[in-house]
Amino acid sequence: MLSREQVEHVALLARLELKEEEIEMYRQQLGKILDYIEKLNELDTTNVPPTAHVLPLKNVYREDVVGEHMDPEKVLRNAPDREENYFKVPRIL
Amino acid sequence: MALHELTIAQLHEGLKKKEFSATELLTDVLQRIEQVEEKIKAFVTVTEDVAREQARRVDEKIARGEEIGPLEGIPAAIKDNICTEGVLTTCSSKMLHNFVPPYDATVMRKLKAAGVVMVGKANMDEFAMGSSTENSRFFPTKNPWDMGRVPGGSSGGSAAAVAAGEAIYALGSDTGGSIRQPASFCGVVGMKPTYGRVSRYGLVAFASSLDQIGPLTKDVRDCALVLGAIAGHDPMDSTSVPHPVPDYTASLEKGIKGMRIGIPREYFGEGIDAGVKEAVKKAIATLEDLGATCEETSLPHTDYALPAYYIIAPAEASSNLARYDGVRYGYRDETAEDVVTMFMRTRSEGFGTEVKRRIMLGTYTLSSGYYDAYYLKALKVRTLIKQDFDRALEKFDLLVTPTSPTVAFRFGERAADPLQMYLSDICTISVNLAGVPAISVPCGLVDGLPVGLQFIGRPFAEETILQAAYAFEQAAGTANLKPAL
Repeated sequence: MLSREQVEHVALLARLELKEEEIEMYRQQLGKILDYIEKLNELDTTNVPPTAHVLPLKNVYREDVVGEHMDPEKVLRNAPDREENYFKVPRIL
Repeated sequence: MALHELTIAQLHEGLKKKEFSATELLTDVLQRIEQVEEKIKAFVTVTEDVAREQARRVDEKIARGEEIGPLEGIPAAIKDNICTEGVLTTCSSKMLHNFVPPYDATVMRKLKAAGVVMVGKANMDEFAMGSSTENSRFFPTKNPWDMGRVPGGSSGGSAAAVAAGEAIYALGSDTGGSIRQPASFCGVVGMKPTYGRVSRYGLVAFASSLDQIGPLTKDVRDCALVLGAIAGHDPMDSTSVPHPVPDYTASLEKGIKGMRIGIPREYFGEGIDAGVKEAVKKAIATLEDLGATCEETSLPHTDYALPAYYIIAPAEASSNLARYDGVRYGYRDETAEDVVTMFMRTRSEGFGTEVKRRIMLGTYTLSSGYYDAYYLKALKVRTLIKQDFDRALEKFDLLVTPTSPTVAFRFGERAADPLQMYLSDICTISVNLAGVPAISVPCGLVDGLPVGLQFIGRPFAEETILQAAYAFEQAAGTANLKPAL
């Protein structure tokens, strides 16, 4: 089971502001899911290599040449707020 | 039959013979949408203007006497997590409710080159997280076979649109069964290609090592046609593979005489509905009648696929979804006075309950002190699951299982308990972890609801599973099933 403090800590890491009832809901549900996941410990995986990716791909390189790039106007069209060619956000400091 | 009831292959013949124009075909599909969409709710956005323009261009081409390709002028629905330039792409999320992509996903670019007529963007579970479309932030989609039941998910809008004749085919995405399970619930064909077969560029990322785009169609031939149009290497996706793309329709009619088919016993145990089991066993008998050898086999780590998946997919998702911060696009909370509060409120309001649940889970299992116990453990188990498939597919040409343990369930039936909902993907999830291709084909009805049969193949052997699925569909008479709407 997770503690309330653990849920709050994870929410902060994930940059989520949870409501009181959400903290309790996720505490219980995540606890149940993590219990279920414990099942993996039935397996001995000492000498098993991990698979992060199914393809035998190594680094993929390309020539370092200038390609096409998107018009800044097009990029900024979805911006919630902007100033000239910059994304504008509330104060940082 | 009305035009919207026909397949891609049939409609292509009609267009070529000038029995009708692309505009007439589109008008028929738009009328169908007008007629049933209020009930089904398959679309987040209907793109009539885009479609009319695309159909007009195909008609001009036909009028000039030019030859048209197999998908040219055929109306399609595109899942709303695939970027479409200039057309709203929401992921059925408040977070992207106003997002208009400045570029096309590679699959979209390819479909446009193939002459697509896009009729709309299909509803889904928010950010593709879910198995019923109940997690859409806008509205759930209804199953055309029974309005009280879910269409499956997350590509529920895509599957329902095809089943209801609101589109002739659709694109979906599949991370743990999100194409195959809704295809099964809605009585259509759905394929998850081999990981790396189709470019993911422009697909809004959920779990990057598992996501794959694929077709939802009325029959297997159409599936082969759409796959051929979207497959192939893409410099914009370094996980797409430079293998040549065959003509997937070429081997469809070769039959399955002599094919060795493995039946993994773990897919017929507890938790699989009796009716589903019976329908699948009957289908296996049909495959034997067609000359295939069916033999029981084992994928011994099947029980561990779901817990491994629910570490790996949320871990990747928590990382992928970190980009939604209200700075560059999408929803932004306007009340915050500093930037960190803005991030937190934007994310809390922009994401729905299931998405936040998975971000929390993924953040937890990746957090300091837990990484080895959860994430690394899951990656090791993933190796064991992949080895199960490697071994089984050494001996057998393909494997056959049910696609889903049940037929379509009722709204609300599983929504309260996340684990119950996750269990709906128990037959499909291992395939994503192993990266192999699989197709779901209708194999019959139980209590008036479709059951899906899943064919699983070797990596990049889409031709083999299409060939087997086609032979089955022809023998069983389950191509182009239609609900009474």
